[in-house]
Amino acid sequence: MGLAKRIIPCLDVDNGRVVKGVNFVGIRDAGDPVEIARRYNEQGADEITFLDITASHEGRDTTVHTVEQIAEQVFIPLTVGGGIRSLQDIRIMLNAGADKVSINTAAIHNPELVRQASERFGAQCIVVAIDAKRVADVDGQPRWEIFTHGGRKPTGIDAVAWAAKMAELGAGEILLTSMDRDGTKNGFELGVTRAITDAVDIPVIASGGVGKLQHLVDGILLGGADAVLAASIFHFGEFTVPEAKAYMAEHGIEVRI
Amino acid sequence: MTGTVAVIDYGMGNLHSVASALAHAGADRVVVTHDAAQIRAADRVVFPGVGAIRDCMAEIRRLHCDELLQLALTEERKPVLAICVGMQALLDSSEENGGVPCLGIIPGQVRHFGHPLLAADGARLKVPHMGWNTVHKVGDHPLWEGIADATRFYFVHSYYVTAEDRSLVAGTVDYGVVADAALARDNLFATQFHPEKSHTAGLQLLRNFLAWNPAC
Repeated sequence: MGLAKRIIPCLDVDNGRVVKGVNFVGIRDAGDPVEIARRYNEQGADEITFLDITASHEGRDTTVHTVEQIAEQVFIPLTVGGGIRSLQDIRIMLNAGADKVSINTAAIHNPELVRQASERFGAQCIVVAIDAKRVADVDGQPRWEIFTHGGRKPTGIDAVAWAAKMAELGAGEILLTSMDRDGTKNGFELGVTRAITDAVDIPVIASGGVGKLQHLVDGILLGGADAVLAASIFHFGEFTVPEAKAYMAEHGIEVRI
Repeated sequence: MTGTVAVIDYGMGNLHSVASALAHAGADRVVVTHDAAQIRAADRVVFPGVGAIRDCMAEIRRLHCDELLQLALTEERKPVLAICVGMQALLDSSEENGGVPCLGIIPGQVRHFGHPLLAADGARLKVPHMGWNTVHKVGDHPLWEGIADATRFYFVHSYYVTAEDRSLVAGTVDYGVVADAALARDNLFATQFHPEKSHTAGLQLLRNFLAWNPAC
């Protein structure tokens, strides 16, 4: 037996409340990220990702407080992303109890941040999030570009080349989200997942589009991902983490049961 | 009574996880500190570590944490648990950051996993070694109480430990190479994995540490 493939439930949090809806039987307050993180921890999730989508500056204090509360009660790795722009932002989240931080837009504006953060805090805690979208083929080959602002704003940056550059600068992991698939429930965009997992030596988390358990299997067996991230299939109680792991194990994937 | 546990804080990142996991595992009192008096007064010592080894070693020496650790190990003979980079720092030297001398408490080296790193079946392995891997126990130790062989623990590291004295190895992990996952000597236990992030198995190991009274 070797290293297990990871299942990572993702919480999208706005002003201290989980959005996109969560439906656990027996949870009184369905939007409380601390309660939800604890539940996923009990279910055997391998990590938890906390994505802060709070727009306001004041809301950031709420986020720090929530991360502190989760870290006190959840003894699996916790990644925090959203609004991380500086070494100071990273330090605040690590001090609050995050094990890793995920850098997205700030890496595009200032790639040196990734190098500095990796040197300062160690590659193991620096995740670079990439939001990729399929664009016109070049010479008959598929091409994906990085988009910002929730997939609305193109950057012209090639997603595969960018992933390789981020790995070189010291990222410890890539969180790859397909903006074509996010929210569709049609499965991961396997083309870009495969292209990036082949291009880098660091672990890659596939994200965006999970609607059924076969998608998780495809992300790993076809996409080559080291971990799979999903939100709604777990939030709405369609599947539990143990069900997802059992399904993956049936398909020959090594998981932590 | 577990007494007071001092988590040595040399300023290299998140120690709250270690402290809250120890509290959750039943520690009477946990202090996160580099204050000599507090560390010397503690009943047990945890020597954690995250980040790059060069900066860690610099801070360990600047804050005299190396001396306090030596006192705890050899004179005060308290139970000591070293975690991740804390374990790596115990060896002679590390290849990280172009080569860094470490504490030399346990003879041996810390090496990079290498590029490319391949599994026995030829599959490419990613570095860092990140995630839940199975730990093969070597021998019996009070810290393994209630933990089955091949239990999964959470790892995240790009450099791995090989102790020279193989009788000190308490556990191994396979990841392209066979790396030391745990070392034990007298009142010292060290893990490459993170018990504080390893869910129920990790909490069990921490409970075992809190109950451990090494005869020495």
